[in-house]
Parts: sequence; structure tokens; C-alpha cells
Amino acid sequence: MGITMTIIDLLDLVLIITLLVCAWYALTTPDLFNAVIIFIAFGLLVALAWVRLQAPDVAMAEAAVGSGLTGALLLSSLSAIRRLQLKQTDQHASPDDATAK
Amino acid sequence: MTAGRGFVLLLIVLLVLVLAGIIALVTPDKARLADLAIANVPQSGVLNPVTAVLLNFRGYDTLLEVAVLFLAIVGIWSMARHARVWIKIPDTPVLVVFVRLLLPLMVIAAGYLFWLGADFPGGAFQGGAVLGGMGVLWVAAALWQPPASFRRLLRPLLSLGILAFTTVALLTLFMGYNLLQYPPAQAKTLIIIIEGAAVLSIGATLTLLFIGGFPKKRED
Amino acid sequence: MLESTQLYAIAGIVLFGMGLYALIVFPHLLRKILGMNIMGTGVFMVFVAIGYRGLDELPDPVPHALVITGIVVAVCATGLALALATQIGIKTGTARLTPDVEEDDGS
Repeated sequence: MGITMTIIDLLDLVLIITLLVCAWYALTTPDLFNAVIIFIAFGLLVALAWVRLQAPDVAMAEAAVGSGLTGALLLSSLSAIRRLQLKQTDQHASPDDATAK
Repeated sequence: MTAGRGFVLLLIVLLVLVLAGIIALVTPDKARLADLAIANVPQSGVLNPVTAVLLNFRGYDTLLEVAVLFLAIVGIWSMARHARVWIKIPDTPVLVVFVRLLLPLMVIAAGYLFWLGADFPGGAFQGGAVLGGMGVLWVAAALWQPPASFRRLLRPLLSLGILAFTTVALLTLFMGYNLLQYPPAQAKTLIIIIEGAAVLSIGATLTLLFIGGFPKKRED
Repeated sequence: MLESTQLYAIAGIVLFGMGLYALIVFPHLLRKILGMNIMGTGVFMVFVAIGYRGLDELPDPVPHALVITGIVVAVCATGLALALATQIGIKTGTARLTPDVEEDDGS
């Protein structure tokens, strides 16, 4: 029983440190595309934390909606904003840039 | 780092330290609400305690949540009529074939998660989330070309969840109980009705949140 | 060593602090929305950590229900906020709030 507690404590420590590092990277990296991708990974790690805290319903909702759908929303908005900024700043820009969906 | 940012950082670090100190020094007391909830689960009509709390004991919160979903769509449609997503035909056939294979499986998975939510982890929100993900894939693979008849169906589909929930709430009032207090014999039936309507509504709402406006036809 | 409830609650508070910092400091709207989401996730982590009763006991279902509601409401708020941000980007040509303030990094 003693060695089991230590392994779970190790899992907790690794998970929480990875969560905090992912969140910090997602918030401070200059490239927004990278930030959203790491945010999606952060969401899946949070789903793992919910499973660790014995909350499977919350884990399912977080993985599907909190991580996946929010990530898709953010990527779609990022692409729309970049497309519109290209259109505004350059009169001859074509609609499909690198991040178009 | 400018002075303004340093000041904000200092304030936030102080706040985090104070709150973390409170958590570390004060062991949280076991709430009595948990014992009350778990003890009353057999009378709620379902076996999963989270579903019982979500749809029976705290049903009013869930009613407001379904209303928030509806209001989000109303808000987006009132300010951005046109869809944000450019429906572009994907370059590779892999996406289209993969989505075509996956869509029926996702419908089955969503229905299974919804039905399972009564007794095991699952429920209406999880099933609706899988349906929403299905809708997002469907739109992203440019397979969704809504004919005019479907677009007429969209508004009833979106409002089905909130309508069913409000109808059940008013029904419990007319039968003489308090608001959303189900009679124990029909509790499971009412919960299944609400959850079924909510699954469809949540899936449609999440897909339309992704589209970001009114759905357009495919542009070539 | 702290027990699991306190460890995850402190992690949730740190996430809340990071999200709040990003919401206040960075001028780009999408980064503010990212910060708002991470703040929300921090609050949910505090809730679920309080509902945790150990590996051998059933967890407390009331915080789980509140967090499921919170996740769905957070995604609705994010969708609406992103529609607003896109409209601001269309109307003003930029997605940053204070374009005339000099910042020293590339956010």
C-alpha cells in the first residue's frame, strides 16, 4: 500500500506540472496558432485530471466540449481574423492564406 | 516587463498565495449536501448520482443552462448573420472518406452515451457533445450542403431542448408539485424525455457555434 | 505532503491566476479569450478537487454536476466572445484592443 501511494503521488505531480507548463505556454507564446494547439492538448490533460479525481462524466464533457469544440472554435476564429486582416491590409490579397480551413 | 504588467503580476501572485494558503491550511469540511444527494438517488429514477443531481435535484440549473445554449445562438445570429466558416472542399480525399466512415459510428456512440447516462457515466451533455463534434466534422469536410427544407428545420431543432424542458417544468407545476419536482413513479420517463430533446438541441447548437452564423451553401 | 484535494485545488488556483494575468495584460482579443477559458478551467478544478473523497469512496456528485454545467456555459460564452471578436476584427481592422500602446513582446 505504501508503494501505491507514492506512484499516485508521482502521477499527480507530473500531471499538475505538465498542466501548468502547458497553460503558461499557451498564454505567453507569440504565435497564436501554436497557442491554440497547446490549449487543445491542455484540455485533454485536464480531462485526464478529471479521471484521476474520479469524475468520468466531467472528463467526457471536458474532452469533447471543453477541449475539442473550444479548440475548433478558436482555430476557426483565428483563421477568419487573419483572412479579414489580410483583406484589409492588402487590397490584392487572395482569400486562401496558409491557415484557411 | 513594463511597470503596469509588473504591478498586475504582483497583485495576482499575492491573490494566488492568499488563496492557496487558505486551501493548504484549512482542510475542507465534508459537505452534508453530498450525503443528502447520494441517499436520495434511488428515488430519483436514475442510478447515476451525477445524472440524478443534474436532472432531478438541481434540474433548475440545467434548465437555465439549456437556456444559455439557446441564448448563445440567438446572440451570434443577431450580430453575425453570415457564417464565419468558409466551406471549402478539402484537398485530400482522406478527410472525406474518414468522415463518411465515422459519422454513422458517431451517431451510434452519441445515442449510446445518452442512453447509458441513466445508470452509468454519460448522459445528455456527453451525447450531445459527440453529436456536436460530428456536426463540426461534417461541416469541415464540406459534406454538409443544407437544402432549404433542412434550414427550415434548423430553428425547431435548436429550440427543441429548451421547449421540452420548459414543458416538463410547467407540467410539474400544473400537477400540483413544486417546479421541476418529478413524481417518483414518472421521474425516469420525464428525465429521458428531457435528455432526448436536449441531446439533439445541444448537438445542433454546438455545430452552429462552430459555423458562427447562418449556415451557407457550399461555395465552389 | 498535501493530500490530493489540496494539491489539485492549489493547481486550480494557480491556473486561475495565470488566466487572470493573461486576460488583463495581453492586448490581443483571442489571447484574452484563451485566458478566460483557462480561468474557468482553474475554477472547475477547485470544484472537482473539493468533491474528491479518495480512491475508495464515492465522490460528491454535486460539484460534478455544477462543473458539467459550467463547461457547457463556458463554451457558449467562448462562442459568443469569438463572434464578437470577429465582428470587432471586421469593423476596426484589427483584433487587438490597444494598437497604439507600445508592447515589448510580439503578443
